[in-house]
Amino acid sequence: MSKIPLSVVALAALLAAGATAQAAPDVSDFALANGLEVVVIPDHRAPVVTHMVWYKVGAADETPGKSGLAHFLEHLMFKGTEKSPGDTFSQDVAEIGGQENAFTSSDYTGFFQRVPREHLKEMMAFEADRMTGLVLTDAVVRPELNVVLEELNMRVANNPAARLGQQVDAALYLNHPYGRPVIGWRHEVEKLDRDDALAFYRRFYTPNNAIVVIAGDVTADEVKADAADTYAKVAPRAEIGPRLRPTEPAPEASRTVTLADPRVEQPSLTRDYLVPSDTTAKPGESEALDVLANVLGTGANSRLYRTLVVDKGIALTAGAYYSSTALDYAKLGVYASPKPGVPLRAVEDGIDAVLADVIAHGITADELDSSKNRLIADAVYAQDNQATLARWYGAALASGETVAAIQAWPDNVRAVTAEAVQDAARHWLDRRRSVTGYLVKSLQPEENHS
Amino acid sequence: MNAQPLNNSLYRRAMVAIVAPLLALAAFAAPARATTVERVVSPGGIEAWLVRETAVPLVVVEFAFGGGAVQDPPGKAGTADLAASLFDDGVGDFDSKTFHDRLERKSIELSFQADRESIRGSLRTLTANRDEAFEDLRLTMTAPRFDAADVELNRAQIMSTLRRATTSPNDIASQRWWATAFADHPYGRPVNGTVETLPNITIDDLKAYTRRVLARDNLKIAVVGDIDVETVKTMLDKVFGGLPAKPELTPIEAAAPAGLGRQVVVNLDVPQTVIEFGGVGVARKDPDFMAAYLVNNILGGGSFSARLYQEVREKRGLVYSVSDSLVWLDHSALFLGATATRDDRTADTLDVIQKQIRRFGEDGPTADELAKAKSYMNSSFALNLDTSSKIASLLVQFQIDDLGIDYMSKRSAMIDAVTLDDARRVAKRMFDGGLLVTVVGKPEGIASTSTTAN
Repeated sequence: MSKIPLSVVALAALLAAGATAQAAPDVSDFALANGLEVVVIPDHRAPVVTHMVWYKVGAADETPGKSGLAHFLEHLMFKGTEKSPGDTFSQDVAEIGGQENAFTSSDYTGFFQRVPREHLKEMMAFEADRMTGLVLTDAVVRPELNVVLEELNMRVANNPAARLGQQVDAALYLNHPYGRPVIGWRHEVEKLDRDDALAFYRRFYTPNNAIVVIAGDVTADEVKADAADTYAKVAPRAEIGPRLRPTEPAPEASRTVTLADPRVEQPSLTRDYLVPSDTTAKPGESEALDVLANVLGTGANSRLYRTLVVDKGIALTAGAYYSSTALDYAKLGVYASPKPGVPLRAVEDGIDAVLADVIAHGITADELDSSKNRLIADAVYAQDNQATLARWYGAALASGETVAAIQAWPDNVRAVTAEAVQDAARHWLDRRRSVTGYLVKSLQPEENHS
Repeated sequence: MNAQPLNNSLYRRAMVAIVAPLLALAAFAAPARATTVERVVSPGGIEAWLVRETAVPLVVVEFAFGGGAVQDPPGKAGTADLAASLFDDGVGDFDSKTFHDRLERKSIELSFQADRESIRGSLRTLTANRDEAFEDLRLTMTAPRFDAADVELNRAQIMSTLRRATTSPNDIASQRWWATAFADHPYGRPVNGTVETLPNITIDDLKAYTRRVLARDNLKIAVVGDIDVETVKTMLDKVFGGLPAKPELTPIEAAAPAGLGRQVVVNLDVPQTVIEFGGVGVARKDPDFMAAYLVNNILGGGSFSARLYQEVREKRGLVYSVSDSLVWLDHSALFLGATATRDDRTADTLDVIQKQIRRFGEDGPTADELAKAKSYMNSSFALNLDTSSKIASLLVQFQIDDLGIDYMSKRSAMIDAVTLDDARRVAKRMFDGGLLVTVVGKPEGIASTSTTAN
């Protein structure tokens, strides 16, 4: 259950923030004989640990026709094992004053507990047990499918902006499975069953396909000793090959999608460009995209906000983001909501003018310095939160990054030049690489404003 | 970076307004290792609670002024919210652009928010930039400009949020709940106003509100991070010393929620129906408060073993989420919960919730449930102390709730002192009194129980 799967909604924001974090000191990274990777991030300020297990499998690894299966299995992982039947694990977490949750993305599935430090080994034992010991019956699987369908109603069906987001992704990826929603398409989710879940579980849930990240009041030596008694005893049960997904053809056409819903009281537009991720970018390229998105659209003095909202006064909000953590492709997005009476077209023209200016003239030395300072300061702020650090490391490692690459990030940001940012803008902000989504009240053009 | 450009911010705000006090609530167990809280009083007589923590080079200052949206003038709901949104725009000699530039250049994070009963502020800075950060904070506290262009932009942004809320089932369910429970009371007004009230607010209203509410006597401050006592003292006088000594607050009457036993249905064409439910809670100063917190945790708290979660989600698969929380206000006390389900299952879902609550009111928790809830509250405290911002928020809330600086050391004994008889008595007191329910969607077989609804 994830119970409240962060992945589908919150994790994107989280990862965007995490992408700007900096290495905490003394991070240890080691592998067990069964192939499990373990990362320890000490933080001794409070007697608390965050314990996370990341499986290197997500929605993009589903068999076509089974969309939503990775997420459905994540929910079912809370249904108990032979050793800890039913909700024994959750009961234990509650009793010791802990918190737990889980999440699914396109590239990974994660489970975590935040507990008082003395209970860490207990959590490791529980997670080691459910790595291969899950027991599922139709009696627990069927009601959970209804829970997932209600989750889909809440996150997507009831939310026009989320429905548009799914359509943008589906249009952006012509061939790669990132075009499928993590929560799945309803008509396919409705048909998922126990056998699907167990087959997926047996194929992907094995120590040689997992990463354990522990942050908090603990040392690497303690974790090593506890892992020897818990995770090390889980035998690998599946061979894991390279994660090769279908790749995107060269983009040839800019695309637009329009979602009309009578409930839309504030029209908006969002445009996503297909760009490289931290994992697939050439050296320095992803950091240049970090700076580019920051200058374009983070904060009240960013180019987009300043131009559209303050100077021209045609938008209520405007910004940009780069969600860099992914095994294959990433998105650089720009967005804006028009002021009442202003057509979406005018706002889109405004965005295009800002982008054209950066492509033609680059960014100023002042913008470069200021945005680097902010990105690096965010890394210091991230060190104040062990759970943020654990998520950042886990997500990056499960998306094909290395600890060394994560720790090099602040230095790589420092090394970004204005030329690199302009090159990135010129190369990647190509309309043919993009999908523009319009959220409107109705398809009548005159009503495309509120 | 904001990866969620299309988020509905009203929903988040409404949630914060309800949930913020509960963060403090979760924090009752004894930490294994004590976090040392020092009371610091400046030469000018301004008090702050301080936790020194030098491991990370940053400083967090959190503070709250008693007042908030309940102090909005009649017919001008949203004044506090609009004012708070403008504190970090133009200040002193700096217009909005210049001031944002100052903040962004040094990565100084400054934010303000209006709740029902307070204006909350938050500052986070790298230690290296802390003098400039304190100067920026001083300017926001003493010299907000409320330039016309900034006022109109922020007003337009809030209006956009309010218009979106008119078709959002969650917003409608929540607003209708508060408006019904507190029809003639400031609690019944939305914190960020309405599309009718927001245009009425003038710049003079914003200035008058700020003058009335931002004062030293109704101010609570917490500081956490890499900073020493003397520097805190200097900061307190510099930043807050220029404020008037006393606020001019309009007295607010005590109010109990009305409409218990009523069901209000609002028709909206959405695929999933949203339900909000609530009733009478227990005041923070009430001797039964701790028992109330425990029994509410057993019924509908956030954990996966709560009764509502087990009965409505786990056993029947009716919903994705269902929970309720205690809400304590200066002049009222509530419990308030929410869930969402398919149109054709709304009646079943409501029936299960109402039966579970009624049964819990009649029988109370079992000894085992109470023991587990105590264990949870006693052990979970440390989870609230692992970031500077969380610690600072908690310390502000403890001051607002007037719990005393030694509260952390007494909390565990207070929890342990709750008996099964206490828990049963309080469960009856809270959950035997009927619910006010608002339902938004196209529910099948459900109608309003009152002709005045909708």
